[in-house]
Amino acid sequence: MNLKKFVLILVSIFGLSHLFSQNIEQKLSQGQIRGNFQFDMQYYREDSVIGAQQPNEQVLSNGFLNLVYTNGNFTTGFRYESYQNALLGFPEGYQGNGITYRFATYQKEKLTVTAGNFYEQFGNGLSFRAYEERGLGYDNAMDGIRIKYELMDGVTLTGITGKQRLFFDYGAGIVRGFDTDFNLNSVFSDLKDSKTKITVGGSVVSKYQQDTDSRYILPENVSTVAGRVNVNRGKVNVNAEYAFKNNDPSSDNGFIYRNGEAMFLQTSYSQKGFGLVLAAKRNDNMSFRSDRTEAQQNLLINYLPALTKQHTYNLLATLYPYATQLNGEIAFQADLIYKFKKGSLIGGKRGMDIQMNYSTANNIDTTSLNDENTIRQGYTSDFFKIGEVYFKDFNFQINKKFSKKVKGRFTYANLVYNQKVIEGKQEGVPNIFANIGIADVTYKFTTRKSLRTETQVLITDQDQGDWATLLLEYSYSPHWFIAIMDQWNYGNKDQDKQVHYYNLSAGYNNKGNRITMSYGRQRAGIFCVGGVCRVVPASNGLYLSVTSSF
Amino acid sequence: MKKSINKLLFIVALLFSFSVTAQEGSNTVPAVNVLKLDGSTFSTGDLENDGKPIIINFWATWCSPCKRELNNIAEMYEEWQEETGVKIVAISIDDARNMAKVAPYVNGKAWEYEVYIDPNGDFKRALGVNNVPHTFLVDGKGSIVWQHNSYSEGDEYELYELVQKLAEGESIEE
Repeated sequence: MNLKKFVLILVSIFGLSHLFSQNIEQKLSQGQIRGNFQFDMQYYREDSVIGAQQPNEQVLSNGFLNLVYTNGNFTTGFRYESYQNALLGFPEGYQGNGITYRFATYQKEKLTVTAGNFYEQFGNGLSFRAYEERGLGYDNAMDGIRIKYELMDGVTLTGITGKQRLFFDYGAGIVRGFDTDFNLNSVFSDLKDSKTKITVGGSVVSKYQQDTDSRYILPENVSTVAGRVNVNRGKVNVNAEYAFKNNDPSSDNGFIYRNGEAMFLQTSYSQKGFGLVLAAKRNDNMSFRSDRTEAQQNLLINYLPALTKQHTYNLLATLYPYATQLNGEIAFQADLIYKFKKGSLIGGKRGMDIQMNYSTANNIDTTSLNDENTIRQGYTSDFFKIGEVYFKDFNFQINKKFSKKVKGRFTYANLVYNQKVIEGKQEGVPNIFANIGIADVTYKFTTRKSLRTETQVLITDQDQGDWATLLLEYSYSPHWFIAIMDQWNYGNKDQDKQVHYYNLSAGYNNKGNRITMSYGRQRAGIFCVGGVCRVVPASNGLYLSVTSSF
Repeated sequence: MKKSINKLLFIVALLFSFSVTAQEGSNTVPAVNVLKLDGSTFSTGDLENDGKPIIINFWATWCSPCKRELNNIAEMYEEWQEETGVKIVAISIDDARNMAKVAPYVNGKAWEYEVYIDPNGDFKRALGVNNVPHTFLVDGKGSIVWQHNSYSEGDEYELYELVQKLAEGESIEE
């Protein structure tokens, strides 16, 4: 639908309501506008030492504005985006300006209808997730129709149809889906007062894409069916989902006709001062896109969450991060948090807590069928067998307050990282084994003035060798901060690459507004979003960011 | 998705023409479905605190400054509640990858906050939140009167000064 029509409809809705309603003035006065704005700009300098290039434009920028208008049961909004041209490391498809998101939603009793763009998720996302992560350029918003109906208390039906966003265009395929969600405690009066809370759900999602391939006869309609359950009883929670996908030959799987499946299980136990999560998953040939020839993070219909800890310290978060391998993976994770009470032997006067986490991700076990010229099933796989290691992470953190003025957070991590698979490097590169230590110490001068320091070391014999990071961040609450950071690749076997990446930044905050500037070098990093990782190149220059929420 | 500034301006004008008549006090918390920690749904339109202020804080288990903020406030929360009756509603934007860690983290840290999960960012979008941490202050009548993005050590003192003003019925508009 083009924009003019959309606006016309909006206008006519309001026009009509004006004719029929005496209280239009009063009605409009209940309306609210909300939104946000962000603008990022970088001036790039050539820096041959770190391999940073200056793009022809010299200056690149990304910006967007979201506006949402709500009045009672009616909501409408849009987003304008501008890439002149997109910052380095952003997907290259983002070029130019335009309205990339606009919608209208109304709710009438138990029915909610959305026309235009929307984000939505069924269950954990194994069958469907339309999602955005603006800062990383991930956006597979749907454009179409969504209908939600609350059949009765605790029962929600959702239907969706439309096409997915691909930068400033749409994907080739049509996506249709239906989801049901039952809260059994609301549905059955016997369970109303039960301490056990049970939610079950199921979904069917199907895509249609014309077969224009001359080599194969491809299925034009491919569907995924998923079922899920969440059981909660006081301290215990169990969440499980299973999804099955019909054969879906694609670039991802090398155009094989094997069916796909995914299983996801997360259990947790927690009480005051203690929490434990145990999780497992297995996905086999479960990449699901609305264009079978797309790659990277484009046009993903579903979401296969990684079962590894999402780190935040820079050496841990952006040197060797992990994202689910869509073609096949078995993963496990255990996560524990424990708080030593104040006054206990270990807790000391101010208490202390520890967090421990262990995760592994391996390939599924596969046996090739060598049937490229016959049925193209590709391989067989033993459900319980584990293949090549992709990723391992053992880490723990200690949080401790030493005095009123000093507190610290100490992290240790041990990683195994399969760079051949995760980064798609050539056959024969070794797995990376890394040990990382981080001390994050905050010193408070007064209640509002404080200095936070991060000292990080990453030790490895592979890849670029050892790294160290030092960060000093001085903040003057509630408005100002200034920070200086140096990352040093001191252990690089190539002496010319033992480089310092210095960076100076400062920022100002006021209410919903924030301005940040930084100058210096940025190390090449890997950012993972939507189950896919992307390499952001090294750069050198001046960076400005303005964000505002209103 | 045709590019056209004219159309954009038209829509902006249209939206603002609706809001011109908007009066103070209409800035309420939008009603969006989020998840409770037991897996059932909850409408944010039902948030209330008996005429006392509410702090709505968006956070995530992978966000260090978010956790610093909520952990720092946790040490003073009992006092804050006694003095002002304020309630903190912590909205986790963790998705399926980390959702299962929310309840264990909250309990492990012994937080006394009301916690919900917004796994696909619906509530976040409805409130115009860009990045976490993002804090909103809601007065006793249910109007959003203040917001703040990011966290630096000590920001909680400014927040609490504002909460105290609200609790005493003062306006915090500048």
